[in-house]
Amino acid sequence: MQVRRLIAGTVVPLAVTAGLVGCNSGDSAKVDPNGVVSIQIAEPQHMTPSNSNDASGIQVLSALFAPLVNYDDNFKPVPDAATSIESKDHKVWTIKLKDGYTFHNGEKVTSQNYIDAWNYAAYGPNAQNNGFFFSRIAGYGATQQESDPDGPEGPEKPPAPRAKTMSGLKKVDDLTFQVTLSQPFTEFETILGYSAFYPLPKAAFASEGVLKEDFESAPIGNGPFMMNGKWEHDAKVEVAKYDAYPGTKPKVGGVEFRIYLQPSAAYADVLSDNLDVIPQIPTESIPTAPDDLGDRFQRSSASQFQFLAFPTFEQDFANPQVRKAISKAIDRDEIVRSVFKGSQQSARSFVSPVVAGYRENACGDACEYDPKAAKTLYDQAGGPKKIQLSYNADGPHKDWIDATCNQLNANLGVQCTTVPEAKIADLLNKVEEKQNVGIFRLGWIMDYPSMESYLGPLYTTTGSSNYYGYSNTEFDKLVQEGSAAETPEKSIEKYQQAEDILARDLPVIPLRFAQNNYGFSTRVQNVVVDLFSRIDLNQIEVLGN
Amino acid sequence: MARYIIRRLLQMVVTFIGTTFVVYALMFANQNDPLQALAGDRPVSDNVRQVLTEQYHLNEPFLVQYGYYMQGLLTGDLGRTLTGRPIGDVMSDAWPNTIKLALLALFFATLFGITAGLVAGLRRGSIFDNTTLALTLVVVGLPIIVLAPIAQLVFGVKLGWFPTTAGARPSLYGLILPALVLGAASTATMMRLTRASVAENVRADYVRTARAKGLSARRVVAVHVLRNSLIPVITLIGVDLGTLMAGAIVTEGVFNIPGVGSKLLLGIQTEDGPLVVGFVSVLVIVFLVTNLLVDLLYAVLDPRIRYE
Repeated sequence: MQVRRLIAGTVVPLAVTAGLVGCNSGDSAKVDPNGVVSIQIAEPQHMTPSNSNDASGIQVLSALFAPLVNYDDNFKPVPDAATSIESKDHKVWTIKLKDGYTFHNGEKVTSQNYIDAWNYAAYGPNAQNNGFFFSRIAGYGATQQESDPDGPEGPEKPPAPRAKTMSGLKKVDDLTFQVTLSQPFTEFETILGYSAFYPLPKAAFASEGVLKEDFESAPIGNGPFMMNGKWEHDAKVEVAKYDAYPGTKPKVGGVEFRIYLQPSAAYADVLSDNLDVIPQIPTESIPTAPDDLGDRFQRSSASQFQFLAFPTFEQDFANPQVRKAISKAIDRDEIVRSVFKGSQQSARSFVSPVVAGYRENACGDACEYDPKAAKTLYDQAGGPKKIQLSYNADGPHKDWIDATCNQLNANLGVQCTTVPEAKIADLLNKVEEKQNVGIFRLGWIMDYPSMESYLGPLYTTTGSSNYYGYSNTEFDKLVQEGSAAETPEKSIEKYQQAEDILARDLPVIPLRFAQNNYGFSTRVQNVVVDLFSRIDLNQIEVLGN
Repeated sequence: MARYIIRRLLQMVVTFIGTTFVVYALMFANQNDPLQALAGDRPVSDNVRQVLTEQYHLNEPFLVQYGYYMQGLLTGDLGRTLTGRPIGDVMSDAWPNTIKLALLALFFATLFGITAGLVAGLRRGSIFDNTTLALTLVVVGLPIIVLAPIAQLVFGVKLGWFPTTAGARPSLYGLILPALVLGAASTATMMRLTRASVAENVRADYVRTARAKGLSARRVVAVHVLRNSLIPVITLIGVDLGTLMAGAIVTEGVFNIPGVGSKLLLGIQTEDGPLVVGFVSVLVIVFLVTNLLVDLLYAVLDPRIRYE
């Protein structure tokens, strides 16, 4: 539980976690084991394991599928649908499956189901959003298309990939398969809890390597719930308890995932008991939520990380001392209070609180609000007189960007201006072309609960989302060493050393972590949100009459 | 009359093709990176981008894209959204909701607007006239983005008279509150318009003549005053119907009714040309047809109007 620590000074008593809620569920006679709970989602973009990367799709899939691993309270992986996931050299991993699992159509779950699903997800021309999760597996490169010979504009099509399947996946027997990675990765087990790694039944495929087009309208999984009808677009997805499920049985008879256009409508429905759970209460309702819902309004940490990034290649921001001064001039807690009404928490670390190895104040002195010291430091380091803050206007960012800018004006005596870009894509394009956008905002959601999921893509020289031109060979080396360390504990040590370098170099300044601000009706209890911000369907209970 | 209708219908075809072209061009001009817009903050991996770009012809020049779209349209294929859902399905889900909501809103607006306007017009200066004037000013002054959540909170959450949200398969009962909210501004305008029109016609010569003929007061008001006063009101109804359908974004969001407004918004946000053009095309047809009907109704209401 130590990681669910939250910022003091918020309006609501915060210590509400699984254990505490569990206390008032003593009245087991009142719990209705066949009750159906309704949970708000948005219209999912996709509903297949390999293609879903939006919160709503993932929430539904978590009902339909059982993951290979789950996570304990310290965010360490524990096998779920697997009996063991082991490796001697962190390169060749042997995954043994639990016996007795079946898909909802009666098919037995075998290792081949995993291999087929993963190969389908990885194969480049299938264009699956989660394909890159398999990039650590040997032979992934050969399943990707080569670059287009005459560029994307030209008439010629790129040649087909050299292989249809990854050479690193090998079936040993019906319940065992072997995964060979291209490079040792100590925390491979941690990745496997993500929804991209669910298996697919034979019935999902029209022919080898071709998924049935209507599979996502009624996915067949191996999890505790099965589809009850089809995905009714913009309306709902209903699932019912799957009786033959051998794992932990859920305590409800079914779930109705109700699709809402706006969370404010869902909130109104929770208030009038028409909806049971809203996973994220809209910010404008947060101030009244404690009165509206009482202890049915709860919070927990989430993985989303908001930060300001510096174009470190620009002369103005090349000096880490300038970046530090700017960081020290921002009063994070004040912005959380006034703009976010306590719906987010201040960040003083480069990884979120839902990963093992998180330290509350990894950023140290650099993230401590001290306007006087900031001004002195800024003047000494010769920071620019004019600062520009860029953000994308299609997200809810204007208010806090304005507030941040005002703080910089007041505390550093600079001329700070804010510049909205219509969309995040516009902003990123300008950054990639190294146009002058000044300091810009970005957000990040982890792919899997590991420090590496932040450090790798965001800050390594070749990181996929390193838009700020940050490059530190020592940092790259530590992350590299961490991912190949002997044990997960040693990996964390290396990652933390790497994080310390970030606190010194400050290519970005941490601002806030998101929180799950969830609420529920009087019909349900034991509502818990997991580290992927999904409602835990194994714990929730419906109260009968 | 028949010739007039045929001529109008032929004009519609030209207008329709012209509008799709203009809207498609506007969407194309606005198009920057639909795949990134859909993905939000997450990066889009290269192979996903490559495959989808080809699939949706995103890298083709405007005329080629438009050509693909029209080619599909003529064979009855409206294309697919960026998440792979047939746009035809999206339309057949969204339109019934919107049509129900807009017609119900229009029904309430007409019912309350014309009745109140008639009474206020006949009894100018009365307490009823002044009260409704004040009320309509309040309603017109309150933007729907304020009105809708307040109505939901008061009548849905606190009093529990109506369902808080209507949902994707709304019942008639569930639609009453959203329709009242959506139609509120129209009700107010319609009331003011009817009142002004009635007040003017009451003093007209033909009304005096009718009274002098010894017709009952009821008949004078219903047949002579009201019928003639409805001409400007009918014009307003025709314009409002289209606006109510396309402009229900706020109401749809607050009461969770997935309809045309919210789909248009989504299409614009994700730079999804075919989705927007699909919906706008149908809206254009709705506008054209209602305008034709309104023009024909003029002739019914006022025998002096004739079409050749």
